[in-house]
Amino acid sequence: MASKANRPDLVVDGKRLDGRAMDELRQLKIEANVLKNADGSAYLEWGRNKVLAAVYGPTETQPKHMADQTKAIIKCRYQMAPFSSLEDHGRTGPNRRAIEISKVTKEAFENVVMLNEFPGSMINIFIEILQSDGGTRAAGITAAAVALAGAGIHMKDLIYAVSVGKIGEHLVLDLNMKEDNYSDSDMPMAISPRNNNILLLQMDGEYTGEELHRAMEMAIEAGKTIGKIQRDALRSVYTNVAEKYESV
Amino acid sequence: MEAIGDIKSGYIRELLSKGLREDSRKVSDFRSIKVAKNVIENAEGSAQVDLGNTRVLAGVKVILGEPMSDTPNEGTLAMSAELLPLASAEYEAGPPSPNAIELARVVDRGIRAGKCVDMTSLFIEEGKSWNVYVDIYVLNYDGNLFDASCLAAMSALACTKMPEYENGAEVREKRVKELKIDNIVTSATFAKINGGILLDPNGNEENAAAARLTVATDGKFIRAMQKGLSGSFSAKEVEEMADMAMKKHDELKRRVMGA
Repeated sequence: MASKANRPDLVVDGKRLDGRAMDELRQLKIEANVLKNADGSAYLEWGRNKVLAAVYGPTETQPKHMADQTKAIIKCRYQMAPFSSLEDHGRTGPNRRAIEISKVTKEAFENVVMLNEFPGSMINIFIEILQSDGGTRAAGITAAAVALAGAGIHMKDLIYAVSVGKIGEHLVLDLNMKEDNYSDSDMPMAISPRNNNILLLQMDGEYTGEELHRAMEMAIEAGKTIGKIQRDALRSVYTNVAEKYESV
Repeated sequence: MEAIGDIKSGYIRELLSKGLREDSRKVSDFRSIKVAKNVIENAEGSAQVDLGNTRVLAGVKVILGEPMSDTPNEGTLAMSAELLPLASAEYEAGPPSPNAIELARVVDRGIRAGKCVDMTSLFIEEGKSWNVYVDIYVLNYDGNLFDASCLAAMSALACTKMPEYENGAEVREKRVKELKIDNIVTSATFAKINGGILLDPNGNEENAAAARLTVATDGKFIRAMQKGLSGSFSAKEVEEMADMAMKKHDELKRRVMGA
């Protein structure tokens, strides 16, 4: 959102630079259970984003003093790989941005994971951004939801996340990095599609009340597409198993 | 401690179910607000804010430095927050906690997105700029650090006097020129308790809250938002809170602008 002085034309003839319509998602692919050691995992490609999410647990809480004897606790670590961005070489380890994203991601999942089923235990969510192209926190949450489901952890809902931004007078769904850099607003949201409750909401830029209303509508509508891809990823784990047996 | 907290939360919920708050406020009321400016003379700008029993001090230092490589014609603005151990029995010394980082970043986003500080006015010459550091010091915790900190940071910036640049060096003796402020952003933070929503939660109310939303606005646009805690909001609730935050802006802005 830095310098708008030399902003390229991001919208030409009603289309975005990558040819998308304003309310069109980038291509989204999710594969579930991709890591052997993790209890659940998912690999996601969303546009040029490449994200790996893994879930370990429920397991014994470490360190012990963090344990809550009334419910499970969730720990979440979102991190960008040092080689993940086109421009910079990032430092290893979480920076202030990553710590904040980890916190709000954890809070979103606390809403849907049935924590009461596993008192005293912990559930670890690891989100590694291998390649970033805008909207990585949304990609991480969408992947982690599949990883949690794949781990067999009971949840009230399979949540997803997506961002809605503003470029000039246009509201645009699912900003890529270039759009994100030059946009007037960005608002990532995590949503529980069962009741369209908003579990994560961050925003900066400039929205009028009316634009806020439309932006939330766009995010809710996008959930239909994203949710189907998440469920298909989980379903195909078991179809593939079935095919394997058939071929024996 | 936990048992007492649970009992207090139960009390807060019970009150709210009758539309009441423990300090007899309405759900859309802020607590009393006091803003004291220029309380630290050595700092270029400072402000102490009392929001009920929550007390936050913000100090601004303006230091001669270099522009960032991606904005060579602008100075820089950096915001950080410390939850001091003297502010609450719950706070511990050590590296910034996720709560402190979130607090600083949410205040930063509102003020930055609102283009409150004229960043180009901080540019001096090729390779030289004024770098502005805002440090938020939480002195006493009783809920809603977000709005108290936003008010303190904005007020401190609004009364910041710039050092002079003479012969390649910074001179602090005569600080007369004001930091150029283009816009005023204020925030309103809401808590959802038992399905009801209230403004400016105090410490007990925050402990009882399922979800929290901070809305930063300049009265015309919503400039930043941050949802916290594990509860949720409907889209309609978000719109209503954004609307209320815009309505509260003028009242808060007067505090920022006051002497």
